[in-house]
This record gives sequence, structure tokens and C-alpha cells, in this order.
Amino acid sequence: MSIVEVNNITKTYNKGTVLATDSISFSVSEGELFGLIGPDGAGKTSIFRILTTLLLADSGTATVNGWDVVNDYSTIRNNIGYMPGKFSLYQDLSVEENLEFFATIFGTTIAENYHLIKDIYVQLEPFKDRRAGKLSGGMKQKLALCCALIHKPVVLFLDEPTTGVDPVSRKEFWNMLKRLKEQGITIIVSTPYMDEANLCDRIALMQNGKIMSIETPENIIKNYKKELWAVASPNMHSLLTDLREFELTESCYAFGDSLHLSFKEKNEDNRSKTLAFLGSRNHSSLEMNRINPGIEDCFISLMQQ
Amino acid sequence: MAEQVIKVERLTKRFGDFTAVDEISFEVNKGEIFGFLGANGAGKTTAMRMLCGLSIPTSGAASVVGFDVYEQTEDIKKNIGYMSQRFSLYEDLTVIENIKFYAGIYGLTKKQIKQKSEELIDRLGLHSETKKLVGALPLGWKQKLAFSVALVHEPKIIFLDEPTGGVDPVTRRQFWEMIYEVSAKGVTVFVTTHYMDEAEYCNRVSIMVDGRIEALDAPRKLKEKFNVSSMDDVFYLLARGAKKAAI
Repeated sequence: MSIVEVNNITKTYNKGTVLATDSISFSVSEGELFGLIGPDGAGKTSIFRILTTLLLADSGTATVNGWDVVNDYSTIRNNIGYMPGKFSLYQDLSVEENLEFFATIFGTTIAENYHLIKDIYVQLEPFKDRRAGKLSGGMKQKLALCCALIHKPVVLFLDEPTTGVDPVSRKEFWNMLKRLKEQGITIIVSTPYMDEANLCDRIALMQNGKIMSIETPENIIKNYKKELWAVASPNMHSLLTDLREFELTESCYAFGDSLHLSFKEKNEDNRSKTLAFLGSRNHSSLEMNRINPGIEDCFISLMQQ
Repeated sequence: MAEQVIKVERLTKRFGDFTAVDEISFEVNKGEIFGFLGANGAGKTTAMRMLCGLSIPTSGAASVVGFDVYEQTEDIKKNIGYMSQRFSLYEDLTVIENIKFYAGIYGLTKKQIKQKSEELIDRLGLHSETKKLVGALPLGWKQKLAFSVALVHEPKIIFLDEPTGGVDPVTRRQFWEMIYEVSAKGVTVFVTTHYMDEAEYCNRVSIMVDGRIEALDAPRKLKEKFNVSSMDDVFYLLARGAKKAAI
């Protein structure tokens, strides 16, 4: 059963001159961890703000748990959790005061739904008298998540919760999401980090207000039809320049300690021809191996279609 | 031996009884791409602020392009470039106004400003956009423009604080190609990032944990040392044990 339905939502800004989302449709099933993946300007935040009833779409319809985002806005607001990209708690209230405030506003108590936030809140408890504004980035994020959860929302909306967060804290945050999912909460989360896409049940890859693909991460990778190679040599920068000039190359991008290379056509001798070409450009100690694509390879490939 | 443009010795910064940066020492060579990594709260920003002449150290010594971080902070500011994801350009000024503004701030003459603006617009292929407000440009263009503007006064070092946050995967890579280009011209690049694949693009990286530098070497050597296959794993091994990050 789908709990969030989005049908042909279009949103423009500045009197129609900026197209934020271009007739976007998707649905999210109950209990699903659904990711909107894309860079700044892809339209992720506009979708969040429309679904959380903070913004009106130009056209199209959307429902959350069967409630219409326009007609039933107050019901939606009472029953969802929303963590905006920008830290939006009260900086001059303490950790505990913030949590109590949000529980009270939603007509509940911390005790009633403590089981939902327990894992996260125990890490905050030593600092419960500290003002929210004085917390580190990672702690602010945990508090914001607790405040968004305290009324046991039917859907949890998390807009870029891990942007600007270091890799270790990002992993921790995703572990928290996994545990929340196990408790049956539907989560819609956005992120610009492609490596986080693998942790979602399904993802929508977004760019310039459009969804390029919407699938499970496994299927997005399966749909990548080209052969992908990892190439490395001691001089990576000139390797990149040379491979871009190579006639058989379709695309070549740096990926950490190697380059990812795809060819215009599948051929048995692609590898040997590439090595011969690179040899003629004075590259030595070359490594070249077939690899499976990641979500970021798929994203780049979709961007260029 | 390579010319050293940043020299840091036992540099320390305390705020009350909290030690944000704890006796860090390192050198950065001319033309090097130096990755400055660490978890949130590890002390990166504090260290970077001292190197940029924006914060006076509690103890230790450091010089940046030959200028002392205690006595010559104004000289440091004039001779470095700085760009961050958050503060870069004025959104309500046009492309050309931003270039002229920054060039003027750094004391270029009118003639130099004219020449630099033309050069920069040529290189970025922004001819048809010069009179557009920066706020109306796609993020990728803003970042490239901000990078070029931070280099308008030809600094010997450029400090980049998470320059590629939120940028699409293709633009992120184009940005690194610009970094390689300036480094090849001898400009030193001091960069922070949360993308561990970008750590691999640096000549050397340092990883800060709880105010100290816990590792500093070429990415390949760090991976060998910790016997793991990616910088992500190196980072995870080191930063996982952090104590202060929670505070």
C-alpha cells in the first residue's frame, strides 16, 4: 500500500522563470526507506516542502497517508515528522526543553514514545541541559531527529540530514535510520551523497527538477548496460587527459584512486587497444580491470543521456 | 628540497579549558594539493582560521607564504586565496561586478582588473553571462566562478573549505580538474572535504582527530599503512575513536 503519492507535481519560482520540479510523479510504500538523490537545485527541497504542506505546487496533486496536501494540510501537519535541511530547533532552549516543547505541541509526552527515540536520545542525555545552539553539528542533528520523531509520525521527512557531515557521523546516522525503519516508520530522505543511495529501499535519481530514474539501487545498477573499467597509473592527471582524447572512449571520470572508463562500443580488444594507446603516450605501470558500476557511475551516465 | 609554503610547529589553540587544536606540526610544499581531513569538531576549521590569519594561536609557531601567523596576519590575508561552500560570491551582484569587487578589494589596479576580468571570463566561457546576477547561475558555475575569483590576485596558496558540497558528480570532477590545473602552475592547494574519493586526488592528506593530526601521508601510503583498500576505511579507522566529536 502506498502511503505517499505524488502526481505530476510542477513548481516554479520567480513568476515561472525558475522550474524547480517538472511534472514529478512517484509513490512510496508503507514502511519503505525512500531516497531522493541529487545535487543542489535538483528539486529535492521543493518536493519536501510541498509534501509537508509548507509550499503550494503550481499544478499536480499529492497525498500523504491518503490526505490531500492542500485540503487536509492541518491533518498532515499533525501526523508527520519533518527535519528541514537547515537546523530549525530553538537554539536558546536546552536539549530537554526542545524535546518537551515538540512533544507538548503535538499533544504527547516524551514518555509515551520514548521507545522510538531511546537509541538516539541516550547519546544526547549527558548534554540534556545544554542549549541546542551550543551543540556540535552531529548532536544537533540527533536532537532534530528526536524532535521530529517524538509524536510517532506516520511518515518521517528528512531533507539532507547528512549534508556537511563527516563520513563517520554519516554512517552512524544511516544506522539510526535503519533501526527506525525496523520499527515500521516510513522515511523519505534526500541526500547529495551518492554512496548513501545504496542504503535506501528505492531511490529517485534527480537532476534539474526531473527524476531520471526511480528504482531499487540494485536495479539502477543492473540497468547500466555498458562495460566499465577502472584504469590507474602513477600519473593520474595526464592519464585522464589522454584517455579523454582516445578515440574509443565514451566517457572517463576520476573515481578516487582510479579512473572509470567506458567505451563507445563493446569489443573484445578494447582493453588491449587502450593499453597500447596509453603505452604510446608513455604511461607505464598501468592497471586496467573490469568493474561493476556504482550509483554515482549510473548518475553520471543518466545525466549525459 | 621542495619549497615549503606552510610551516606549522606545535600549533595550539585553546578556548578556555578546551583544546581545539593540540600541538599540530606539518609542512606543505609549493604546488602541492594538501587534503586536510577530520570529523566534524576535530579542529579543522580552527586550524585553518589560524593559517588564514583570522585567529591568533595560543602557542606554537606557524608561517604561511613566509609570514608569521602572530605578527603578520594582514600580509597573510593579502597573499592567500580563500573559498568556502558557504561564503563565496555576492548573489545580488552580477558576474562581472563580483570579479571587479574582489579584484578591487585585493588592491589590483584598474588596468589589472580589466585584464584579469577578461582573462577569467574567457577561461570560464562566461561571455554571455557577465551581466547576469550570480544568484541566477547554476551552482556548478557559481563554484567555478568563486574558485577563479579567489585566485584573481594570484595568491601562492588557495584554501578551499568543502568546495564541492552539494555539487553534482560531473561538476565535482570538473572542479577537481581546475584544482589540478592551478597546482600544475605552482599554486598550493589546501583543501577540506567530506568526500573520501576526493581525498584520493590529493598529493598528501592529513587526518585530524580530537585536535591532533593522527595521520599524514600520500593516500596510497596511508592505505598501505592501515592495510585497507580506500581512504574511506582509513578515515573510519582513525575517526571512529574520536572522543571530543560528541561534545
